[in-house]
Amino acid sequence: MAGLIRRRARRQRLFRWVVLTLLGVFFLLPLLAMLEFTTRGGGGSFTLQTWRLLADWPQLRETYPNLSTGIVASLGQVLLTVALTLVLLVPTVIWVRLRLPRLRRVVEFLCLLPLTIPAIVLVVGLAPVYAWVTYLLGGSSLTLTFAYTILVLPYAYRSIDAGLSAIDVRTLAEAARSLGAGWTTVIWRVVLPNIRTAVLSAAFLTVALVLGEFTIASLLNRTNLQVAVNLLGKSSATMSVAVSLAALVLAFVLLLLLSLVGGGRRRTSPKETS
Amino acid sequence: MTVGTHHPDPVAPAPGVRPAPARRRVRLPGGALLGAVPFFAYVVVFLAVPTLVVAIGAFTGDNGGFTVDNVARLGEEYILAAFGRSILLSAVTALLGAVLGALLGYALVTAKPDGLLRRVVTAASGVLAQFGGVTLAFAFIATIGLSGFVTEFLRDRVGVDIYASGVWLFELPGLLLVYTYFQIPLMVIVFLPALDGIRPQWREAAASLGGSTWQYWRLVAMPLLAPPFLGATLLLFANAFSAYATAAALVSQGSPIVPLQIRGALTSEVVLGQQNLGKAMALGMIVVVAVVMWLYALLQKRSAKWLG
Repeated sequence: MAGLIRRRARRQRLFRWVVLTLLGVFFLLPLLAMLEFTTRGGGGSFTLQTWRLLADWPQLRETYPNLSTGIVASLGQVLLTVALTLVLLVPTVIWVRLRLPRLRRVVEFLCLLPLTIPAIVLVVGLAPVYAWVTYLLGGSSLTLTFAYTILVLPYAYRSIDAGLSAIDVRTLAEAARSLGAGWTTVIWRVVLPNIRTAVLSAAFLTVALVLGEFTIASLLNRTNLQVAVNLLGKSSATMSVAVSLAALVLAFVLLLLLSLVGGGRRRTSPKETS
Repeated sequence: MTVGTHHPDPVAPAPGVRPAPARRRVRLPGGALLGAVPFFAYVVVFLAVPTLVVAIGAFTGDNGGFTVDNVARLGEEYILAAFGRSILLSAVTALLGAVLGALLGYALVTAKPDGLLRRVVTAASGVLAQFGGVTLAFAFIATIGLSGFVTEFLRDRVGVDIYASGVWLFELPGLLLVYTYFQIPLMVIVFLPALDGIRPQWREAAASLGGSTWQYWRLVAMPLLAPPFLGATLLLFANAFSAYATAAALVSQGSPIVPLQIRGALTSEVVLGQQNLGKAMALGMIVVVAVVMWLYALLQKRSAKWLG
């Protein structure tokens, strides 16, 4: 038996390295190509000019005003979407669990609904809604926050729901209530600190999703990072590839941090990192 | 990417946690309902209304009356062809992504569960699966575009011109390649929980009864993994079918697939008789995705029994 297991372990190791090497090449090649593409100077020489320009914000703003507008817009959208999603979702999900358990199915259904509605379809229906948004709030790119909050609902909901499932919310709440705490205190000071990791994970996923969003921004004629990169691709491919790569690496670092922060609880909530 | 299913309790309680008594009668005081109002109001305005706009618009004529003309126009040849290409693209990339992603997933499962390898690959998968199409389009332009890294290498050093018979990157074959690139990582994310559910003890049990590796795979692992594998494939199909950004950034001419047709209808709304055609196509997309996700939920329900 022991020999068999050892032989199997060896075979598995071999299989693992063959698969990882082949797919690794497939996945890393485009990323390396991006790096090579952005450091290619005239006549096949090596240059860091693009990256230096990318790091030099005032210069970048002067050279590519649209790009810097897009980056600023994306950062604003990220902050507002994280804030709006958490403010809208966290209290509601806790509240529904504690006081309205019969509505839980409905809330879950609504939160997961955006997964079955492609963004390109949502944008068709959002056009008239955004006519009103523009009328009431103006045409700023930050108003995309409203649509993005819907897009991130499924991911944020699953994170928070998994976090709440891992603790005994009802007992916590009853204990706090019996000590005279009001509902605000229960949610803000008792439940929330217990689901910090879940809230953090929802926030990280939101950041990654909003940074990568293109469909809605582009078709509602607003700008963000991806729209600007796509536009820039027509005139300066090198810079747009560099910005793409930088954003990709940023998102990767965020998700890796997320897996390290939430890693301790992987056993109890495997859905969290999805 | 596990999508909520409708079996009694999708949220399995963590070990050691007493499940809350779900059936307890709770009176619904008006005050409690008020707390949920902001969420519902928001979802109605930004999710329900847009969906209704699409559904109603698909059956509304240019003069505002009811009509089935828009939906009937889906039968026109160029729209049917676009749906056909979309479905073909989604099916092929879903199958490729599912098979390769499952292999990669299995390779990860045989590694240390909390090791660095697994963390890095999982995080990278999350990024590449969901980070968005524009980036990937540019990645492939830098790789196998006309002056891409691989293109130039093959042309100058190996003497192979990959575009000898035309530049295929900006057409359907290019989409196939780039879509596969984001389907594989999505498969890894979706399929890992199922692979994790396979206990090593089962294999040992099979071996102690004299079963060979082949018998173990054919009689134990495959039947268990088949429903989640199929389910994940369906999810990948829906994912590719809904994708827009990659195609928008990559395809330079024409509108080969449905999302690009919808873009065309949206941006040329002035054309008479076109007004609600985009909504009809959007409704068609919803129908396809809804059917696929319904099948997915069915399969998910089956595998939830043993995944726990």
